[in-house]
Amino acid sequence: MRAKGNDIQGISVEPPPIATQPQPAAVPVSVANLGHSFGELETLRDLSFEVAGGETVALVGPSGCGKSTLLELIAGLAAQGRGTIAVGGAAGTGERLRSCAWMPQRDGLLPWRRAVDNAALGLRFTGMTQGESRYRASLMLARLGLGEFENAYPGKLSGGMRQRVAFARTLLSGKPVLLLDEPLAALDAITRSDLQGWLRETLRVERRTTVLVTHDVEEALYLADRVLVLSPRPARIVWEGAAPAPLAGATRAEEISTPEFVALRHRAHDGLREAMSG
Amino acid sequence: MKSLLRRFGRWLTVLAPLLLLVVLIGAWQLAADSGALADVLGLDSFLVPAPDEIATSLWDDRELLADNAWVTLVEVLAGFALAVALGALMAAVLHLSPLLRRATYPLVVASQTIPIIVIAPILVVWFGFGIGPKIGIVALICFFPVVVNALDGLGTTAGEQRKLMRSLGAGPWRTFTVLEVPTALPYLFSGAKVAVAVAVIGAVFGEWAGADSGLGHLILLDNGQLEIARVFASVVVLSVMAMVLFALLALLERRVVWWSGDR
Repeated sequence: MRAKGNDIQGISVEPPPIATQPQPAAVPVSVANLGHSFGELETLRDLSFEVAGGETVALVGPSGCGKSTLLELIAGLAAQGRGTIAVGGAAGTGERLRSCAWMPQRDGLLPWRRAVDNAALGLRFTGMTQGESRYRASLMLARLGLGEFENAYPGKLSGGMRQRVAFARTLLSGKPVLLLDEPLAALDAITRSDLQGWLRETLRVERRTTVLVTHDVEEALYLADRVLVLSPRPARIVWEGAAPAPLAGATRAEEISTPEFVALRHRAHDGLREAMSG
Repeated sequence: MKSLLRRFGRWLTVLAPLLLLVVLIGAWQLAADSGALADVLGLDSFLVPAPDEIATSLWDDRELLADNAWVTLVEVLAGFALAVALGALMAAVLHLSPLLRRATYPLVVASQTIPIIVIAPILVVWFGFGIGPKIGIVALICFFPVVVNALDGLGTTAGEQRKLMRSLGAGPWRTFTVLEVPTALPYLFSGAKVAVAVAVIGAVFGEWAGADSGLGHLILLDNGQLEIARVFASVVVLSVMAMVLFALLALLERRVVWWSGDR
């Protein structure tokens, strides 16, 4: 039962530039006049923004500004207050649950399941057989550079690897919208900057609609097509800007030090600072 | 020199419990031999056996002790197994049904406040002198730690984890089997370890209430006949039984829930 997954071990660790699953259709996300409170505590006020199908939008904001809550609301996982959220035109929670793949801040890997079985979890829940779901999960892990580790238990993986397994689980759900909550926040600085390049490449290949939450302006500008800066609670949008287009053949270090990138980073920072002081 | 000290320190931690046992038994032996122990207690010395007399009884009466220990062991194992099975099932039902949990949890707690020593004779009156009432009493005493720990374990999964399951398309039942049950297993083992240690006490109470064999029964007879050394020998066998069962369970725990090594 366990030995099976090995037959695709020989696959290249280098991510092939094709998606391993049929690409879901590009689905837009629309948030309109959204408000939310935890009891007396108002977390979101009159928040509106659009994410085009296939676009990657990063939400940046100070800790505790309600970014995570916002993702859970979009995913249909939290009770919604005022306003409407539509994913692909459908506003119902059940429909949003079905079309959004949510990746929480902590990897949420089950320590008693191998990497491949953790990655395949969503597929198993759709009723796919163990063999089929494992095969797909192995391909995905290989594509994400984890081919050798598919049979490892999470306890034996580094933080970066665990995060990638969690990301594989998110991608494998096959849902058209990715909601990533601080996907790299738990990692050390070096792993983090390595994985930024990796994540951007993967998101570019996947071309799924992505809403990404981070507290790091630089990461937001580097990973996303567009960046929204949120104010502290109750969160509203204080700055919005398109990220610089990726430079072909440039390293991450080169890209984040171009004058254009630096200027944008300053403007976003200023917006954030203004919101925090005012 | 330093490493020698360290090695000595390591040996000491391993040997400390053994050493303490030897010292205690030695002191007991000296006190009993000199008659001091009996004097202090104001008893005839034959009522206060020394460790060597207990050891002699353990050896001389080994067949009698083994036969009765076997009877008690069967009661303990059957009652314990019953309690773990029913306890885990009960915990699952109470976890899945908050209404039922509210309704029955106070009763589960109340069941633990009834002194076993009161229940035991009643069960014997109702169900006779066979093995049934003993298994029932062992199960009753084991049930509580199993249910409480398993229920706690089922409730410990983080809200974020359950949301993740929902987002991945799992319904409540899948979340239960895939996430909550494995999370609760280490807790179930904790409860079972407490239960197996007290199971032996339950079996003795059960036998005291009415039995024709078992170590509890033997203790009662020997007490009446002032065979005090053999009473102590029976107690030693009971303790060893409980410790071995506990150790086996700890071993099984490490094999089954290997991922929770740091708990």
